Amino acid sequence: MDFGPFLLLALMEGLVTAAVLALTASGLSLVFGIMRVVNVAHGAFFMLGAVLAWFVAEWLPGPPALAFAAALVFCPLVVGAIAAIADMAVLKRLNYEPEATIVATIGLLYILEQAALSLFGPDARPVEAPFSFRLQLPWFGYSGYKLAVVVAAALVLLGVWLILKHSRAGLLMRATQEDRDTARAFGINVDRVYAGVFAMGAGLAAIAAVLIVPISQAHYLMGGDPLLLSFIVVIIGGLGSLRGTLVAALLIGLSDGVISTFFAPTLAKIIATLVVALVLVFRPQGLFGKRAA
Amino acid sequence: MRADRGLFLHLGVLAALLALHVLAPPYHHTNLARIMVLAVYAMGYNIAFGYTGLLSLGHALFFAAGLYAAGLLVYHAGAGAPVAMIAGVLAGGAVAVAVGLLALRTAGVAFMIVTLMFAQAGYLTILYFGAWTRGDEGIVIPRAARMLGGLDLSDDNTRYLVALGLFALALLGNLALVRSPFGRVMVAMRENEERSRMLGYNPFTVKLGALAISGLYAGLSGAAYGLMFGYVGASLASVQYSILPLLYVLLGGAGTVLGPLLGALVMFYLIDYASSLTDAHQFVTGAALVALVLFAPRGILGTLRARGLRWLP
Repeated sequence: MDFGPFLLLALMEGLVTAAVLALTASGLSLVFGIMRVVNVAHGAFFMLGAVLAWFVAEWLPGPPALAFAAALVFCPLVVGAIAAIADMAVLKRLNYEPEATIVATIGLLYILEQAALSLFGPDARPVEAPFSFRLQLPWFGYSGYKLAVVVAAALVLLGVWLILKHSRAGLLMRATQEDRDTARAFGINVDRVYAGVFAMGAGLAAIAAVLIVPISQAHYLMGGDPLLLSFIVVIIGGLGSLRGTLVAALLIGLSDGVISTFFAPTLAKIIATLVVALVLVFRPQGLFGKRAA
Repeated sequence: MRADRGLFLHLGVLAALLALHVLAPPYHHTNLARIMVLAVYAMGYNIAFGYTGLLSLGHALFFAAGLYAAGLLVYHAGAGAPVAMIAGVLAGGAVAVAVGLLALRTAGVAFMIVTLMFAQAGYLTILYFGAWTRGDEGIVIPRAARMLGGLDLSDDNTRYLVALGLFALALLGNLALVRSPFGRVMVAMRENEERSRMLGYNPFTVKLGALAISGLYAGLSGAAYGLMFGYVGASLASVQYSILPLLYVLLGGAGTVLGPLLGALVMFYLIDYASSLTDAHQFVTGAALVALVLFAPRGILGTLRARGLRWLP
């Protein structure tokens, strides 16, 4: 294959990565932006979404498209519920003190991973894609499902944006983000907003996982990479800035696609983690953020 | 002058460990040697986290620096164990200073993420240079290379005594440190950085010093671990090994000299016991972390100190 089509393929792969990353990272960003909580268990919620999708596909008879649609609705709801319980049972009682919540979410990560290992097993398991349409370009064929993932991710993100900007729930969230105490004084049930935001963040990770699982199989340790990449995206984009998160996800996803096609993936990851550490050191507000986090 | 209860307590613990050398059955004998080496690592972590208030999620990098400095020197350069041990300690300290120079420009959550990222980059670097480090598979250090002076570190008895010796050194060093003026300043930084700055102490220098000492401890522990147990692998540099000392310190009591040992001991046997009942030992780690931050944020010794044993160092 010539360089041009090869680059196009790398960019398309990067676009799929970027779309899934944008979904996952926006969940992390939402939780950090509104609750000021660094959720280390975010990758575990991602993994849980994928693993649950496998269970749904296994148990539900009928065509794969139906099982997939069911998983797309069911998984985020269950993962969101688990997250809401974790928030109310643990994080709330820690009063969202930053260091304690990080330690607690690390504990949560271990618990969820163990649960998946015990119930799901150590093997990677595939989930069938809802359809197997193949887009034939002049140089190579490309999976139509991957392109559908990009579209689906864009639609979900649009939905999140609409909820945040144009719904009452979004208004409450933004008010809580602006000033927790004043929001409480105005009669907003801040505890419920927090539980809802935490659930929504986890739900977004679960949706991303359901979308990716036909491409990359479910595995109980699959949460590590998305967690790391989401951290990178959220930091580069500016902690808590949703728009920055999207731009950064696109940037990181595309460059990851290109770098891992042409160079060693490990090297790409080393460079990305170092860049993030240095961005945090020298520009703590992120590349797109306006004020210090 | 009042008897120095703190010093006697620590000497008593060391004496008890010496007695266990004779009394403990072989299985626990080996476990204790490992626990003491890990406790040195946790003590180093405690100096940064418990006393100075620096919650790092990247200490595995310093541990790995000691581990690999010692391991690679012995394996590839044919260096003797004493040289490797010293190199390991220095590597731990040097890497800690290098990371500190950058990471200490941040604080709080950003500090945690930056240290986590550096450690992750270090872990990936070890995998990347798999030709030398053999990545996840790791290096097995031959028995012949594990001689410290005339002491054979692969022998169980010698290993226990050397581990105890290093542990004693680290423990008394830690006690001396926290009783020294610098130790007081470290605690002052944790309690109120602004006020300490107003009193004329430079927070950056103090924290960097504490982190450097912490790195020396981690390097010592890493080098000792590699030479004593003969294995140097990338899994020992992974994020789990950054969480481990945090867990030990939280359990035993942050900001107490004996806390890391107690935490390592209790956690080690808790996981050991849980493994005999179920293979879900990660669950124990996770539940312990959550329970600790929820119900006992001060740990065992921290709670005891708050409940009356105020003299506990």
